[in-house]
Amino acid sequence: MQSLFKHRLFWPFLTLVLLLAVDATFNPGFWSLQWRDGHLYGSIIDILNRAAPLALVALGMTLVIATRGIDISVGATIAIAAAVAALMIGGDLVIKDGVAQRVAHNPMWLAILVSLGAATLCGLWNGLLVARVGMQPIIATLILMVAGRGIAQLMTDGQIITVYYEPFFFIGNGFLLGLPFAVYIAVAVWLVLHLLMTRTALGLFIQSIGINPAASRMAGLPERLITVCVYAFCGLAAGVAGLVISSNVKSADANNAGLLMELDAILAVTLGGTLLTGGRFSLAGSVLGALIIQTLTSTIYSIGVPPEINMVVKAAVVFVVMLLQSAEFRAAVRGWIVRPSAGGAR
Amino acid sequence: MKTNKLRLDSRFLPLVGTIAVFLLTFGYGSFAYRGFFSAQVFLNLLIDNGFLLILGVGMSFVILSGGIDLSVGSVIALTTMISAALIEHRHWSVWQTIPLVLLVGTVFGAFMGWLIQRFRLQPFIVTLAGMFLARGLCYLISIDSIAITDPAYVVISEARYALWEGAQVSVGAMLAVAMLVIGIWLAHATEFGRTVYAIGGSEASALLMGLPVKRTMVLVYTLSGFCSALAGVVFTFYMLSGYGLHAVGSELDAIAAVVIGGTLLSGGVGYVFGTLFGVLILGSVQTLIAFDGSLSSWWTRIVIGALLFVFCLLQRAFENKR
Repeated sequence: MQSLFKHRLFWPFLTLVLLLAVDATFNPGFWSLQWRDGHLYGSIIDILNRAAPLALVALGMTLVIATRGIDISVGATIAIAAAVAALMIGGDLVIKDGVAQRVAHNPMWLAILVSLGAATLCGLWNGLLVARVGMQPIIATLILMVAGRGIAQLMTDGQIITVYYEPFFFIGNGFLLGLPFAVYIAVAVWLVLHLLMTRTALGLFIQSIGINPAASRMAGLPERLITVCVYAFCGLAAGVAGLVISSNVKSADANNAGLLMELDAILAVTLGGTLLTGGRFSLAGSVLGALIIQTLTSTIYSIGVPPEINMVVKAAVVFVVMLLQSAEFRAAVRGWIVRPSAGGAR
Repeated sequence: MKTNKLRLDSRFLPLVGTIAVFLLTFGYGSFAYRGFFSAQVFLNLLIDNGFLLILGVGMSFVILSGGIDLSVGSVIALTTMISAALIEHRHWSVWQTIPLVLLVGTVFGAFMGWLIQRFRLQPFIVTLAGMFLARGLCYLISIDSIAITDPAYVVISEARYALWEGAQVSVGAMLAVAMLVIGIWLAHATEFGRTVYAIGGSEASALLMGLPVKRTMVLVYTLSGFCSALAGVVFTFYMLSGYGLHAVGSELDAIAAVVIGGTLLSGGVGYVFGTLFGVLILGSVQTLIAFDGSLSSWWTRIVIGALLFVFCLLQRAFENKR
């Protein structure tokens, strides 16, 4: 029992369970699942589907934060990846044998590859600025955050690019064995990362860089190479999320795709118990964090308060979580609780 | 601290670089476009970017102390929203509204500063939460934009004071210049300013020197909160409306202006005066793109990103040389 409380994922997990309980109270049909046209339908499935892009971004962000960094350009990277994919696929109306068909500009695999390549390049750029040039991570990624959306707008000429190509919609809307395809992507990325971090020494290396970069370098770790790779991966993860999002809404909006996603992702990582000061990290925690944020949104909808309140609630959650993470705050609280009783005993 | 040497002090190099870039940008515009080289075009930079200059002054102190404030843009939105709601729905006068919104911004900043100082929290994450909170509060007041039609506000908003023939400034621009002067005085002639530089240089040393580190840390964010609210007042005059989506992303513009102005992000090095030129550079880039007419608005973002990149590289070069 004691070890259960001490487990790092205990508090995030408890938060999620409580939120789900609140949902279930306000919305009796919350847990019901329906089987329709070979797909599962229900609120839970909806939350999983919508949380998938955020979970993907949060996974990349976890590794960056673990190395003491931060990446605030993921929103812009999402916009770029979405713009590349939408522009390359497009979809022209072609009449073939008397049947109207939509045909992609380029093969879909090529479009996806180029789009993910562009996103990885964005991450690589951040990584080089941080590890090679030695800029502070927040400023290095601020550059891409400011310029990235401009680049995405430049590519789409400021327009929302609509995609008319059926197979592309599968990524964000399709179902596989009854579950949304996007969920499989998120789980696959998490599984690969989890194996990489626990079965190889990479996880340990990343932790050690976060705890003390200089000492890690002295100990012979390829500190810079790992840092660059971590940022590049964060870009790649944001690119995958960008594909899922653009496929889900069947278009790419350079202005609004992934807007404020960097903040949600950082919030998800913090909620999952990873400290912003680097070092120890938890991939499963970040996925839980993403689920908490999505559940919170659906809770707010189901209680019936205006969705705009969401931001105030999120702010309150961040304040509480960061206070709980602060050693000074815990000491202060202990002081407030202990002092009066000690005074009474005297 | 006498600098009567003929040779330029190396501390002023980044500042000189910034001023040179501004002169180049403005000079290029004057050559390339007719009507660009005029006092009014220059003063329009201040009129259009007055709020950004005020934000930049507050942000300079935060960055000099080694912190960051991401909440400034949303405090502007909150200020416009509270002002518009009080004036249009409750029929308050200008003189009741402005002190109240300034107080709200100041208290908001002081609260974040207290959290950062008392509980050793990261400025980045505290002000991020403050950003969410302030924008969320806007939507609690109203989801839609509220137009301000109060005669007194419209008069102040449209007032132009002629400096000389054909050169006018607005109330907002004058407030911005006044705040800049106060900022320079605070930074270089008061104990508060000296302490901010000391904390930015090394917090531990500042503590050992017996400087009031705790109080100053809270005051820095309080000042930034006040500046954001004042910028919000200027922005309200400029837009004549309150809206939850006003000034989205202006925290990044403010940070960019401070960095381009030659202030090191690691804290302790820089001048509030440089921020003026950071703001002027951002403003002239926008004006250049507007004058050209064939370039789309997103080029502004790309150019600002590129400028940020160049200045950060230069900063690194300076740091390495030292």
